[in-house]
Amino acid sequence: MHKLLNDSPGEEIMLLGNESIARGAIEAGVAFATTYPGTPSSEISLNLFQMSQETDLYFEYSTNEKVALEVAAASAIAGVRTMCMMKHVGLNVAADPLMTLAYVGIKGGLVILTADDPYMFSSQNEQDNRYYGKLSGLPVLEPSSVQEAKEMTKYAFELSEKVGEPVILRTTTRINHSSAFVSLGDMKKRETKGEFKRDPFKYVTVPAVARNLHVKLLENLDKTLAISEDCEENFIEGDGKFGVICNGVSYLYVSDAIKDLDLKGKIKILRIGLSNPLPGKMIKQFVGSCDKVLIVEEGEPFMEEAVKAFAQEEGIIIPIAGKSEQLFSRLYEYNPGLVREKMASFFGFDYTPATNIDSSKFPEIPQRPPNLCSGCSHRATFYELQAAAREMDIIVPTDIGCYTLGFLPPLNTGDLVICMGASISSACGFSEVTDKKVVPIIGDSTFFHSGITGLVNAVFNNHNLTLIILENGITAMTGHQPHPGVDMDELNFKGYNRISVEKVVRSLGIEHVTLIKPFKVKKSIEQIKEALAFKGVSVIISQEPCAIMLKNLKTRKLRPFKITDKCNNTRDCINSIACPSFFIEDDKVNIDPTTCVGCAVCAQICPENAIVPLKN
Amino acid sequence: METNRLIIVAVGGQGNLLASKVLAEAALLSDTPMRMSEIHGKAQRGGIVESSIVFGDAASPLITDGEADVLLGFEPSETLRALPRCSKNTKIITNIAPLPPFTVAIGLGVYPDIEEMKKIIRQETASLMAFDAMKLAKEAGSPLTMNIVLLGALLKAKGVAFTKGKMEEAIKRVTKPAFTEMNLKAFNLGFAVEA
Repeated sequence: MHKLLNDSPGEEIMLLGNESIARGAIEAGVAFATTYPGTPSSEISLNLFQMSQETDLYFEYSTNEKVALEVAAASAIAGVRTMCMMKHVGLNVAADPLMTLAYVGIKGGLVILTADDPYMFSSQNEQDNRYYGKLSGLPVLEPSSVQEAKEMTKYAFELSEKVGEPVILRTTTRINHSSAFVSLGDMKKRETKGEFKRDPFKYVTVPAVARNLHVKLLENLDKTLAISEDCEENFIEGDGKFGVICNGVSYLYVSDAIKDLDLKGKIKILRIGLSNPLPGKMIKQFVGSCDKVLIVEEGEPFMEEAVKAFAQEEGIIIPIAGKSEQLFSRLYEYNPGLVREKMASFFGFDYTPATNIDSSKFPEIPQRPPNLCSGCSHRATFYELQAAAREMDIIVPTDIGCYTLGFLPPLNTGDLVICMGASISSACGFSEVTDKKVVPIIGDSTFFHSGITGLVNAVFNNHNLTLIILENGITAMTGHQPHPGVDMDELNFKGYNRISVEKVVRSLGIEHVTLIKPFKVKKSIEQIKEALAFKGVSVIISQEPCAIMLKNLKTRKLRPFKITDKCNNTRDCINSIACPSFFIEDDKVNIDPTTCVGCAVCAQICPENAIVPLKN
Repeated sequence: METNRLIIVAVGGQGNLLASKVLAEAALLSDTPMRMSEIHGKAQRGGIVESSIVFGDAASPLITDGEADVLLGFEPSETLRALPRCSKNTKIITNIAPLPPFTVAIGLGVYPDIEEMKKIIRQETASLMAFDAMKLAKEAGSPLTMNIVLLGALLKAKGVAFTKGKMEEAIKRVTKPAFTEMNLKAFNLGFAVEA
């Protein structure tokens, strides 16, 4: 049995924040869940996917976040408790349905989880998705701890049904990827079937209907405001003439700072857990009872601007601060020491920060960036592209996945990354305004997510580009989730269909389509050369399963290689592909037989033919 | 209850997540509050994996630079890189068997000398326990037990406040039954290292 289906209420178990959220959804009786994977949200979906295998919970990996939210919307409109998960930038993709779904409203609780990533541990930006609450007029909930993440997920379903609107549950990486002991609660029974009653004047958002629906949305927002003023999620703690208003994980840092600085009785806290709409009355009373107020929130001054406006309405003239050069930054995440220091300086208490060890005089430590795995086919494809384009000046807009790492030396393959799918569309623009050959690169999962529309555009407008689709048969970067091109039978999941990347590409009428086997180096280089020479849209599909997936599935026998005495130390292998299985010992290149998977790419590159199978 | 802030640094694949799980189980068995925070995602691609573990009465799962009480390093150059997370009072326990990053192999960096690294850490901090944990792991039966060897040394250096019995019980509960005996051997080899 899955550990999150453990039916012993009251038991405490160690859970990851994302597991805690998944358990909260299960306790709330979630019956329908959709997602497109994205760190730091991925483990929520992974756990729900696993649980769907042994229960009547419906779960799907949808093609992208917009699709996921639209699928989820129908389920919630039909009255089923539904959850839709994504990373913060995923909500940009889903923003279109989000905005109008708020007008339409829902019947069964719908929780939209957005996992923000301050400091960008694994993201391309650190946007603050609380603004989506304001933009759409939907409630936003923000947990502060791993335990609270479970409770708040449960509450989010109730709140959603109470106000008839989807609820945005906003986390940050430090909630998703922290672990703590969590006390399990009762599990509500799942209601898996809903009912949809036709009511076009409620559901068909033509202008005349939408005008009425916007009125209803604002009424629902007022309902939420009344709840925000009087709910357990927004609370005041402690007393004193100084006040701190905080949200999310910052609340923990503030609580610790009051204890560490011995400021009990001097500083009180207003913790905001329901942050849209903000509880204006509560904030006015709180600010009115303080001599000075500090707002501690990572990201944008979302609360700070509102608190200042509330104070203005009341004519309260006290120092209210948050983001400034001396205090908090809009950049990156905060930490306990930083919050302690800023609180002490703002309120005027003595504090000497810990002195950390100064490493500026240490010998330089070699960098350890993440690298493509041993036997990763992307490495082979990138090597072959660079070899094929040696005489050319190419631009390589790349996309989001493991293969983004190809931009690092020595592969140096990847010149621009914006967002999912942008490789192909941005290539269209480059091809018109520069005279260079443009070679966009995209993975198969990302191709289905939002690459297809860009490719249709390239064909329709007749742009000159060579698209490389890296078909490795899985969504690798986020932890091996399925996508529409995955062979689900091979993974032992029944009831799915598989969409062929090649057939999709050919169906668009693209004349020049090439399939390559990237581990055949010479042939692949020739094929890529030919495709690059084509004027118009040409597509190369590089087919080779993800090396980690094969390792996990144990379907392929590893056949490690070794370096023989023939090696003259020219080091073409290391200098051109830098596979992590290589290591230098006594100034000679070696191959680690425990990590080499036997792709044999290095053996084909070696000018001395010095690389051979370990066992022959 | 005293707060004890522990940072574990490792390279993907060295098993620090399992080590954290053992510590969590030991905390549960010892009624010690505990929160931890991990940076995931790069583990399988050879990047650095860092866990912050806070025992005792603190709400935050995160540790500020200079505020680690203990640093447990799975790889010597990563221990050195993590020194700004420490103060002169931090206890350091580190493996000294190197795992050079691929940047060294392609000539983008030079791997620092082990003795030189030890010297620097000794100069900068209160206590250093540096030993070849890989050698002991192999002695226990598998290189994969290096994480548990390091837990033995962590306990010996009083880097965590659990009893030996509770740690052993935690290892039994968390590791796969087929490997429990080997892991207990690894733990005891680590515990026998001179602090």
